[in-house]
Order: sequence, then structure tokens, then C-alpha cells
Amino acid sequence: MANYTSEQKINMLYDMMLIRGFEETVEKLFQDGKIHGTMHLCIGQEATAVGACAALTREDKITSNHRGHGHSIAKGTEVKGMMAELLGKETGYCKGKGGSMHIADLNVGNLGANGIVAAGLPLGTGAALASKMKNEGYVVLCFFGDGSTNEGAFHEALNLASVWDLPMVFFCENNLYGMSGSIKEMVNVEHISERAKAYGIPGVTINGNDVLEVAKTTEEAVARARKGEGPTLIEAETYRWRGHSRSDARKYRSRDEEKDWRKNRDPIARFKLQLIEENVLTEEKFAELEERMEKDLAEAVQFAEESPEPSLDTLTADIYA
Amino acid sequence: MMVREITYADAIREAMSQRMRADDDVFILGEDIGIYGGAFGVTNGMIEEFGPERVRITPISEAAISGCAVGAAMMGMRPILEIQFSDFVMIAMDNIVNQAAKMRYMFGGKAQVPTVIRLPGGSGAGFAAQHSQSLEAWMAHVPGLIVVQPSNAYDAKGLMKTAINNNNPVLFYEHKLLYNSKGDVPEEEYEIPLGVAEVKREGTDLTVVATGVMVHRTLEAAKELEKEGISIEVIDPRTLVPLDTETIIESIKKTNRALVVYEAVERGGYGAEIASMIGESDAFDFLDAPVSRLGGVATPIPYNPKLEKAAVPQVENIIAKVKSVMNK
Repeated sequence: MANYTSEQKINMLYDMMLIRGFEETVEKLFQDGKIHGTMHLCIGQEATAVGACAALTREDKITSNHRGHGHSIAKGTEVKGMMAELLGKETGYCKGKGGSMHIADLNVGNLGANGIVAAGLPLGTGAALASKMKNEGYVVLCFFGDGSTNEGAFHEALNLASVWDLPMVFFCENNLYGMSGSIKEMVNVEHISERAKAYGIPGVTINGNDVLEVAKTTEEAVARARKGEGPTLIEAETYRWRGHSRSDARKYRSRDEEKDWRKNRDPIARFKLQLIEENVLTEEKFAELEERMEKDLAEAVQFAEESPEPSLDTLTADIYA
Repeated sequence: MMVREITYADAIREAMSQRMRADDDVFILGEDIGIYGGAFGVTNGMIEEFGPERVRITPISEAAISGCAVGAAMMGMRPILEIQFSDFVMIAMDNIVNQAAKMRYMFGGKAQVPTVIRLPGGSGAGFAAQHSQSLEAWMAHVPGLIVVQPSNAYDAKGLMKTAINNNNPVLFYEHKLLYNSKGDVPEEEYEIPLGVAEVKREGTDLTVVATGVMVHRTLEAAKELEKEGISIEVIDPRTLVPLDTETIIESIKKTNRALVVYEAVERGGYGAEIASMIGESDAFDFLDAPVSRLGGVATPIPYNPKLEKAAVPQVENIIAKVKSVMNK
């Protein structure tokens, strides 16, 4: 298991900060009426995205879900193209035709966010099968939420990946709620990771707000997958600070609960403190990172705002290859 | 070209096998397609030639295996997925409709999904309501999908090669009653282009556009009608999406009458789309009678053989409908 260098740790911290900054920026743009539709923000869940992707190479692949901005950034998708996509611009990753729920960047192994719960898992089995049949050596990590684990596709995909020993990692971000449904009312097992047993694969529950714990656990799972030993189910416990989407009044959970996660279990504050204690980070260095993040995001917004809209004649382009 | 008489099932198998010999990225997956040969024997002997890596027997998990085909196609493979009965595709619909069909568009043209989904459909074999449907219109409705429906062994082989080499998701509707039907098929590989209909029989009084097994029933009806002095032209579109509208329109300009015959439930079937296409085309000015449809009765397919036959057009129904359009 790798011991991360100071530089790697700073990069992880920076990516987490960038994800949160990105989400806060798009939230503001939405409030200002510059982004339409809806969005699913991952503020509070930065450590799962960054920790899991830290264990992957550029050639490895991810599939994501509706709450996918963090996964994309962590996998190396650039915020400029993402911001342009959210503003519906031609320079966006999907030429303005996909939006928040369909950002994909195949060049860095980001096989796409997805608007259908659990859909990334069966797709991931196919990518992993291609890796195996073409002998390309890449691993496929599927991000999904706790709610996904009650979809048939979750169960079918885990079983298929297991019987074919596919090079995969099933990464569940358990943020306690599938939209408004508390996971405690939706499953009768204590831990989602217990479901791995039904498919004959290892399952583990970890603190999803500890980026290094996430990275180390994912690394072990990736190593297993790469050796041809098959998939692993990781359940990372975390919390989404915002509502499910823009329409959510959060009536199904208490403000005290939210406050507890924000004050006591903030993945970024926790990691920052840890790095200061390890003498890897100083307040000055942290301020520099913040400044860099703000600059990166300001450039992304400027790029997006100055980019042209797609022309009407692209309406029916790219339906067929 | 060496031509011999083989069955529709043999033709599909031969097309897949020839592609698999030529292209390492092509493989097949599905339930019971190994030693069993698939429910209709289409993959008989393939596992012996290609081995279990490329003839992948799957768990009974349509949601996973359809997604697996789409994901593998995205990553450069050319999977051919056998859905045991086309009715079971319901469990795979998300992967076909929400994923495969839209992926290229949603991602701004940066992905392609070259996969073939084989769907044995149709009634007439006594399999009852959940194993006998003709739901190709559902697929044809979705932008991003290609829908083909070969009616004979020659077309099945040529269209299968075209489908495998195409870079889009192709829904390949096979008909259970046709698997054992024989036809002259060249040994070598060949392609039949998408969107090219075939005039199966020339005629002067009325154009019948028929799909799948209805092509055969219409040709039989044509022989009977000929005896009564009615000459019908029979067109098999072969591919529903894309549709060869030109061949259909030109034929109707000549015959001045049009009837669309299809096995699917008449209401909302693909024949309804063909009929309205004709009505909106410049063939309209040539019409001496309203464009008509003859499709299946709006009922689940029943088990009893008499009832089953009554649920979808038979030769005598086609004859009667043609006469009614002809006012005879």
C-alpha cells in the first residue's frame, strides 16, 4: 500500500477544495439564473470522489451518477469544459447537449454521469469485460449512491462481475438518503457492504469522509481487480450537505443532523487539520491553494460565459455515428 | 459466388461466425447460447469454434447483460447480444432506450455504441402472451436506434453483417416462424445496406408494404388475388429505421393504392407510421383510395392455436383487406 507523498496529499486536498468551490460556484450561478434545469451538488462528499480516484490511473475508468461533478473533477475532467456544459455552451464536454447529468470525458476514463439510478453498474461490467478481452489492464470503478443498491441492476451487475471475475470496484457513497428516503427505512441490513456476501465478493464499510482511508481501501480493491481476482464492494459513509436537488426543502432530516455533519465531520476541514499536524501544510499554503482555486474557477466561469451557444443546426447532429 | 440453400437460422449464424473470424472485437453473449445453442438453435456449434471467451454464456440477468453489451461497445468491442425472446427485452429497456440510444448525443458525439441486439419475436408458435409479441414500433420510436426486420435467409445474413459493422445500436428482429425457412444464400460475406427496401413482386393495382413474416403471407395472398385478376405489388422495407420511403412512394404513384400489413397490434404499430408517411408524401395526389392498414388485433397473444391465428393477419385476411381497398 502506497504511502502518499506530501505533494500527493496536497493535490488531494486541492481537488477536494476545487470540487467544493465548483459546486458553490454553480449553486450561485443557478441562483443568479445563469444555469437552468436542476443540479445535484456533492458538497460534503468530496473525500469519496477524490480518495477513490487517487487509487486509479488515468487509463482506469469510472462510471458516475446524477451527483457526478466531484467524480468528474477527481478523475481529471477539467472545470472549464464542465462549467461550459452547465451553461449549455458549445465548448462544454457534451457541446451543451448533455448538461449536469451527462458529463463525460472519455479521454481521462470518465465514462459519464448518468441520470438513471444504478445504470452505471451494468455499463461498467461491459467496460471491464472489454478491458479483459482486449487485455488492456484497466480497472473500472462505478460510483453510485445508497439508493442504487435497491435497483435490480445493482444486484445483476455485482453477480455478473463476480462470476466473470471482472476488474471492477463497486463504490457506494452512502450519504444516508436516496432523495428523501432514509436508507435505514429502505434496507434491512445494517451495512450495504453486507450485500457483497450474496455475490461472493468482499465488502467493506469505511469512513467516506476520510480521504486517505478511502484512497487506501480503494487501492486494495483496485489491486485485487488488476490481479484478476474480481470485484469488491466498498461502502463509504458520507453526507450530502445540500438537498437532493434544487427543489429539495429537506423536510425529511433535521437541521441538527446537518449541523453535526458540517461542524464535526467536514472532510476538507478534517484533512486540512491532519496535514497541518503532519507539517505537510501551513495556513499560508492553504490560503495559496484557496487563491489558486478561486482563480481556476473564475477562469472557468469566464470561459463558459464567453463561449458561444450551440447553433440550432446541431439539434439533430450526433444522434447516429 | 457459391450459393446454397440454408435456413434463416443458419444464415444468421453464418454471418456472425464469419464476422467473428474476421474481427476479434466481435463476440456474442446471452443466455444458454453455448452448448444449448440458444433457445432457437441459432448459435449451435459456435462455442465449439470460438470458445467460451467469445461465446459468453450469461446469467439470466437482462438488465446486466444489456448494459454489459453497451459498455463493452463503448469501449471498442462489437458485442452481439441474444435476448432469448424479444419479450424479455422489457427488462433491458433502460440500457437500450436511456443508455445506448442516447449516449452519443448526450456526450456531444464523443462515444459510439456498435452493438447488435438480437430479438426473436412474433407469434404463431404457441408460446402465448409473454413470448410472442411484436414490439418493434417501440424501438423505432427512439432516436438513436436502428431497427431491422429481415424476412428471409438472404436478407438475414446480409443485414447481420451490416448490423455488426454499423457503429450504432441495432435492434435485429428475427421471427421464430422463419428460423427454419430456407433460401438461397451465398457462402461469402455480403452486406445489405440499411434503408433499402426490396420489391418482392411487381404489380399494378395496389401496393402492399409488408414486414417480417407478413411478407410471405402477402406473397401467398398475391398468388390467389392474381387468379381473380388483382395484381398487387409487394414491398419488404427490410429495415424500419432507416426506412426506404422512396421505393414505397414510387410504387404507390404507379399502383395508386396502398395497404400496410404487419403482425404487431395495429394500433400504434410501425405500419401506422408507414401509412401516415404515405399520406403526407407526394404519393397522396396519386391515391385512388385511402391508405389502409392491416395489423394484429389489440389483444395479448392467446395460447389456443385457433385464437392465436385469429390475433394476427393470415393469408385470407390479407386477401379480404386487399379486396376491400379495391372496392371488390
